[in-house]
Amino acid sequence: MFRVENVAKSFVLHNQGSAVIPVMEGASLDVAAGECVALVGASGAGKSTLMRMIYGNYTVASGSIFVDDVDVASAPPRDILALRRHTLGYVSQFLRVVPRVPTLDVVAEPLLAVGVDPAAAEARARDLLAQLNIPERLWSLSPTTFSGGEQQRVNIARGFAHDYPAMLLDEPTASLDAKNRAVVLDLIEGAKARGAALVGIFHDAEARGAVCDREVDVSAFTPGVAA
Amino acid sequence: MTPLLQVADLSKFYGNRIGCADVAFDLYPGEVMGIVGESGSGKSTLLNCLAGHLPPDTGSVGFHMRDGEMRDTVTMSEPERRMLGRTDWAFVHQHARDGLRMNVSAGGNVGERLMAVGARHYGDIRGAAVDWLGRVEIAEDRIDDRPRQFSGGMQQRLQIARNLVTGPRLVFMDEPTGGLDVSVQARLLDLLRGLVREMGLSAIIVTHDLAVVRLLADRLMVMKDGYVVETGLTDQVLDDPQHAYTQLLVSSVLQV
Repeated sequence: MFRVENVAKSFVLHNQGSAVIPVMEGASLDVAAGECVALVGASGAGKSTLMRMIYGNYTVASGSIFVDDVDVASAPPRDILALRRHTLGYVSQFLRVVPRVPTLDVVAEPLLAVGVDPAAAEARARDLLAQLNIPERLWSLSPTTFSGGEQQRVNIARGFAHDYPAMLLDEPTASLDAKNRAVVLDLIEGAKARGAALVGIFHDAEARGAVCDREVDVSAFTPGVAA
Repeated sequence: MTPLLQVADLSKFYGNRIGCADVAFDLYPGEVMGIVGESGSGKSTLLNCLAGHLPPDTGSVGFHMRDGEMRDTVTMSEPERRMLGRTDWAFVHQHARDGLRMNVSAGGNVGERLMAVGARHYGDIRGAAVDWLGRVEIAEDRIDDRPRQFSGGMQQRLQIARNLVTGPRLVFMDEPTGGLDVSVQARLLDLLRGLVREMGLSAIIVTHDLAVVRLLADRLMVMKDGYVVETGLTDQVLDDPQHAYTQLLVSSVLQV
């Protein structure tokens, strides 16, 4: 489902003396349907950079990144948008929403975007919010005023609303208590069981051990550190 | 899929000065494109050339008509272009008073555009006006008030209702949230997103507010001195800007 081949990336900071910072070299990764792979490595090794490149959020200097049959490294914006809508989900650490939109609508939105009937989308959103222990009295409020842990759970509910065949998870269990962490791990297991391919960053070793089939150390792709 | 809008080699000069130069892009149905850049970068000139308000000096603006034909709106006759402006296109001005008739009631402002495309039944027109005022959250009992009796945010919402009542396929917006306070902005952003999704609208939004394009636009075009210096997915351009000017623009945003 994911096939990353020989990817390189550097940042050029034009306004800071045109400094060139190489951040990745020769990155390769294969993830099959039904598999969950953890990206590991020290802070700054490039875990998030690789994940952002797979999502199309960062440009790629060379190499290819296939998600399904779309090469994210070279595809035009509208192909990436379609891929994100239907195929590739992303649970980030930060909730970014239009202010004043109710939580229920925030969670249902990815379903509406793929044409799910509004009543069915709302039912799914309710179900996920309940599973993730967000009190029902908060559902009609905007999540922008929620606590960090609540925002994270709203983000997870939104990320799992649509059954994406491929998913990226950036610290999905960070800042969650044991009970909610178990719910998130169940959601991940469920996604694997229906055949989704997942790539994740988990600082929580226990969570990583519970759901991940293997680990890929991105330090091997860090220029100057490897070799 | 055929693009809704196909822009090639578009340039506009003001004497020796460049308004915008060598602009080319395709916009597909349902896509929202943002155009950002500092004052004087040519973004409004470009928008006005695209919408037929300014004649470009070179280039073409192909529009996919309802009959399936791709027509160049630069070379079509003025009556044809005006017809498009009343039916398939909408233009939301930064200042609502530029897009509204200030001496006509709110209902009249919405109804006028319907009458321009042939609606004649008073009851139907009034019904459509009530429906649209509701969608932009203007209370029905304000239908006979004039826009000058409305707040700035309400005027802007009325302008949107007036523009969208004829079911356009392409909406041009020039700083649609400029000059509104942030709480009103948020409501307008949510309204616009909902309308884009429900009606399958395509839109081109000119703004200097990067937070607005992040939430509204799928794609982004960055302009400087009349030229397009960078294009791409909105989040990619904002999170991993490649051009020196875009990097400066993104890093200059104050954090709240």
